[in-house]
Amino acid sequence: MLQRYKKNQFLFEELVKRDFKTKYKRTVLGMAWSVLSPLLYLLVMWLVFSRFFGHSTPHYTTYLFCGNLVFSFFNESTSQGMTALIGNADIFTKINVPKYLFLFSKNVQCLINFGLTLCVFCVFCVFDHITFTWRFLLLLYPICCLELLNLGIGLILSALYVFFRDMQYLWSVFTQLLMYASAIFYSVDNFSPQMQRLFLVNPVYMIIKYFRVIVIDGSMPSPAYHLLMAAEAFLAFGIGCWMYKKYNHQFLYYL
Amino acid sequence: MAILEAKNVSIRYITGDFKDIGLKEYVIRKLTGNYRVTEFWADKDVSFSLERGEMLGIIGSNGAGKSTLLKAVSGIMLPTQGWIRREGSVAALLELGSGFDGELTVRENAFLRGALLGYTRKFMNETYDQIIDFAELKEFEDRPFKQLSSGMKSRLAFSIACLVKPDILILDEVLSVGDEAFSQKSAQKMREVITGGATTILVSHTLTQVRELCTKVLWLHKGRQIEFGVDVQGICDRYEQFQNGELSILQS
Repeated sequence: MLQRYKKNQFLFEELVKRDFKTKYKRTVLGMAWSVLSPLLYLLVMWLVFSRFFGHSTPHYTTYLFCGNLVFSFFNESTSQGMTALIGNADIFTKINVPKYLFLFSKNVQCLINFGLTLCVFCVFCVFDHITFTWRFLLLLYPICCLELLNLGIGLILSALYVFFRDMQYLWSVFTQLLMYASAIFYSVDNFSPQMQRLFLVNPVYMIIKYFRVIVIDGSMPSPAYHLLMAAEAFLAFGIGCWMYKKYNHQFLYYL
Repeated sequence: MAILEAKNVSIRYITGDFKDIGLKEYVIRKLTGNYRVTEFWADKDVSFSLERGEMLGIIGSNGAGKSTLLKAVSGIMLPTQGWIRREGSVAALLELGSGFDGELTVRENAFLRGALLGYTRKFMNETYDQIIDFAELKEFEDRPFKQLSSGMKSRLAFSIACLVKPDILILDEVLSVGDEAFSQKSAQKMREVITGGATTILVSHTLTQVRELCTKVLWLHKGRQIEFGVDVQGICDRYEQFQNGELSILQS
């Protein structure tokens, strides 16, 4: 067991290195660009929406950044994770390797980007006169949930993508929809309580809201909120693992 | 005790309309009843066993089910019926270029390939110099892999796979790649690997190679096992006669 873990660890590290090097082509700019692009996106959103929602929502820049930070990590890691299996098809059709490693290694890239953007986020918070409290440490919880969710959705998508090659387009339409349903630039306060509860079906919204409660409101979500968020993330991850286990030997036929 | 044993292995393969179609197309075809999937047995009732240090040659024309059988041996596919038992690690010598990344350097690719084949970092650190020397690619080690010629690529693939002493080594049509000098050198290395105790499976269309190297032969035809045994020359003779149309095989 330990030996197997060690063996996989070496492979995992080499895969991460490969993905890293091929993605950025060993350029500094490549790395900077992936941090810059969510920031530019934030700028566009801020220019467009701050005049509509900026007056009614306190700390609107931070409010917007919370949404962007979470959503861009989710979006990037799921849409890039989708190609993890197909992109490595010529490897796993020849060698018996754990297939989930391909997805996990792609996810590491996105996690690094997220970490860098998170640093920029903190700088923004300072400029937006946010008070830092010990509660900021609690942000680790939604980040873990988000990572688990990303892995889960990534597993599901990369498996589906092997079967249906138009998944890419369907998913990009879906993420558009999800973006509007995640209250990134608007506030849900104007909706009826039932509607507001409906938003909680969306795990991305839940994570964004968690960030806002901690960072902007300086308070803490309820224990039930914690549980629901983790349950949704675990559900996605569970389904993903189940699909990989079930189709482990069948992916081959579709390639 | 056999290091590798296959008993009544049958593998069903499916092909058909499901490849490269999207979800929309899938739904439409399902609705109109145009969705067809054909199943066929790529291998049917194949049994063989190998002791440590033996070399098995698998012969047969295209579509005989050789590659599918090897996939089952290496664990990529599961036998639909029957079973395969392995003692120890299996290293497959991949086709040229697959699993290599053109953007990475030769050194990085060597490590990646080593990791894929299941070696440890410690082991790769120790054997890397040996690998690169054997492949004669010392002066290219920091060049991007895509700049290498195809012969150089296969030399690297070969060196990684056989300098690493796997318990079971699978060679699929590879010894013929590379120039004359290297293919002699690799045949020599192969013999060393075999005498070193590795169990090897060789798939080849070159009968002379099989006659020269193998201690056992498995002859497949359209998924069926025609012959298996230690009578290498005899089986090869009959296979040759069959190819020339002088011998017909009775299909049961």
